[in-house]
Amino acid sequence: MRVARQLIALGLAIGLAAGPATATDLKDLYFGEALFHALQGQYFDALQRLDTELAMYRGLDQPELDSLHYHINDAEFDVGDFELNYRMHHRAGRAIKAVLEGAVDEAVRNEAAFRLARIHFQKGQLDDALNALGRIQGTVPAEIQDDVEFLRANVYLATGRPSEAVTVLQQVHSDESLSGFVAYNLGIALLQDNRQQEAIAQLDKAGQLPATDRAGLAIRDKTNLVLGTILFESGNFDRARQAWDRVLLEGPFSNQALLRAGFAEDSAKQYDRAVVPWGMLAEREPTDAAVQEAMLALPHAYASLNLHGRAAILYGKALEAYSNQINRVDASIRSIREGRFLKALIREESREDATWVIRLRSLPEAPETYYLMELMASHDFQTALQNYLDLEELQSKLIGWKTSLDAFDELVELRGQNYEPLLPGVDAQFQELDVRMRLRLEQRAQLARHLKTLLTAPRPEQMATTEERIALERIAQIDKQLSNSESPESLALRERASRLRGALAWRMENEYQERLTAAYVHLNELNTEVDALHQKYEAFVRARQAATHSYAGYDVPISRLRVRVGEAQQRVEILMARQGHMIETVAIEQLQARRERLVAQQNQARYGVADSYDRASRAQSGQPAQSGSAPISTTDPSGETGR
Amino acid sequence: MTAQARCKCVQWILIAVFVLAPTAVLAQQANTAQGLDEQVQEVKSDVLSIAADLNQLEERLLYPSGTQVAIFISLAKGDQMRLDAVRLQIDGQLVAHHIYSAKELEAFRKGGVQRLYVGNVSTGDHQLEVLVDGKAEGGADFTRTERFTVRKEVKPKMVGFTLAGPGSASPPIALGEW
Repeated sequence: MRVARQLIALGLAIGLAAGPATATDLKDLYFGEALFHALQGQYFDALQRLDTELAMYRGLDQPELDSLHYHINDAEFDVGDFELNYRMHHRAGRAIKAVLEGAVDEAVRNEAAFRLARIHFQKGQLDDALNALGRIQGTVPAEIQDDVEFLRANVYLATGRPSEAVTVLQQVHSDESLSGFVAYNLGIALLQDNRQQEAIAQLDKAGQLPATDRAGLAIRDKTNLVLGTILFESGNFDRARQAWDRVLLEGPFSNQALLRAGFAEDSAKQYDRAVVPWGMLAEREPTDAAVQEAMLALPHAYASLNLHGRAAILYGKALEAYSNQINRVDASIRSIREGRFLKALIREESREDATWVIRLRSLPEAPETYYLMELMASHDFQTALQNYLDLEELQSKLIGWKTSLDAFDELVELRGQNYEPLLPGVDAQFQELDVRMRLRLEQRAQLARHLKTLLTAPRPEQMATTEERIALERIAQIDKQLSNSESPESLALRERASRLRGALAWRMENEYQERLTAAYVHLNELNTEVDALHQKYEAFVRARQAATHSYAGYDVPISRLRVRVGEAQQRVEILMARQGHMIETVAIEQLQARRERLVAQQNQARYGVADSYDRASRAQSGQPAQSGSAPISTTDPSGETGR
Repeated sequence: MTAQARCKCVQWILIAVFVLAPTAVLAQQANTAQGLDEQVQEVKSDVLSIAADLNQLEERLLYPSGTQVAIFISLAKGDQMRLDAVRLQIDGQLVAHHIYSAKELEAFRKGGVQRLYVGNVSTGDHQLEVLVDGKAEGGADFTRTERFTVRKEVKPKMVGFTLAGPGSASPPIALGEW
């Protein structure tokens, strides 16, 4: 029945898993980057990116102008999902509660409540899960409607309220991805609600649902396995066999189904038919518990058919197989005690697909992980294992960061050594240029002010050309020289000078606007040069600041970070040791339990060999055989031992 | 054992299974595991916080905002081409060359965006050359190269390239600036 538990967990994982919201019409590149990491299962990196983005967003005065604003609800949900996937349930709950309590519309609040309920359910906080589900009211986004009801039914089942679970599940009309799980859980809910016949009918229906994907096929196989067990227990061997026959021969439940199919035939005293599934099973992977049971059950069936010679050979084969397996288990326990299991676990190249833990068995001197399959399928062991791997990843990161901090220190020192001797000279030169530049800029500003004054109070002489200015000065000089003479020549000359002054004044007056405009044009042309100068000035100031910023002010943050990294490293090391020890202890306990079972089976096989030879000899010598075959002790379909 | 009693027995086994009761082996470890799990969560939180501060420091030290340029890659929505590699040159210098894994390709197809490159350039105009290698939906190899001019101002510059396979309604390499 532990197998059943595995599949229920699978059903929840498939049914309730929510991937990150996909970035439709992406507006924020860094949010897209967080998704990129999350979609590859790199939740640490995804969280690191999204945490930074959200912190920046929350610190803005006008967050609505930020590009993350378009995705803020998805981002809040995703950060919760990433935390959940990174097994940080405490933080995941907090993130989603923040959405739930924020000013969001009904659909978003309902989705947040659903996600919160899911977290509580996964953490085993069933009352909190129900409370969160109770907050869902009004519009529920269509894409999560089935998931909400499926979760609600699971919470009801887990809290011992099967009749309510039945009511909920009967109303879920899900697509193919969830239909197998809904149908199976409905069968279980009916069973828990003491509606035996309805449960059987429901499981029978669920066991024949079409399925194409691996999860759908697996839940269908599991349904048939459970249905067969229930029918077998109620003495309905024929129907039990039919249910088990529906289990795929190559699926994850095929070994259990073959074993149980044999039991069904055996119970109906159809020994010749029992040898078919058991015979098939006995040839399979010898580390599998069902295969090991079949090795004992098969000769028992032959003995029941009075084929004692065949039974003796098969008992002998089983005896050898059990001895080999006991040796393998002993070697595995030794390997774990020597720390090889943990070393194998953290080998990067082995973690390529979902079955990576099982494949560790192919590594030299690694334990026989096939024996740990059931253990590994358990939620607690998975959490422990994943935590260990996460800690190992954190340790690698921390070691890398420590190296980075050392490199930063060196970088800062080198930059300081490079800039410090250069900067005083550069600063002095810059100051000199700065003074000159300011002077010129002041002159330009004065000119601009002057032109502005001329616009409101025209003074044509201010716009005189150099030639005109010289001419006016000469006229003034002539006037002065002639001022004391009253001779007719002088008067004529003064008159000519006056005419010339008038002509000049006339020209200056007439051309005043034109000249003023030209002056403005020239001043504006100067603006381009001044702007370029300003830009260069600012670029220099920025470069100068950047030079200082590139090496000054890092000592304190670097040393603080180094302390924090060091402390975290110590904590990770301690936790890794404790977590690793726990994994090893649990694995060894599991292997020891399997060893005990193998030893018991070995004893039974040993007895079976002797008994079969005895019976075969008696048969050959014509003596009457004692009734019954060698007793076997196997696990029957209900999970109880002893037959 | 009567049929009814046996059914009851199966039922109780299923109920026990359903409330996610830990296995016998793990039962003894459950409390310790829970405490340990909480400590692991705490240390993860601390390390994330260190990572955030370290990132900030790294950005200040290596990519100051005045010169920072970040180049992002994404796939056009619904595009089914198989992206093999992207090469990026800035002002004639090869700055990034990435070969994509199946996981990365899947992440692109679901809307993820990769930060291909982050580095420093001066303010002003810069030439970007993007070379894309991939396979079209039908399996044929294809290579595209596009050149763009982007202007770097004083603030950090973000450039996004959206890629599409041949036959797509979208341009093979579309530039977006942030």
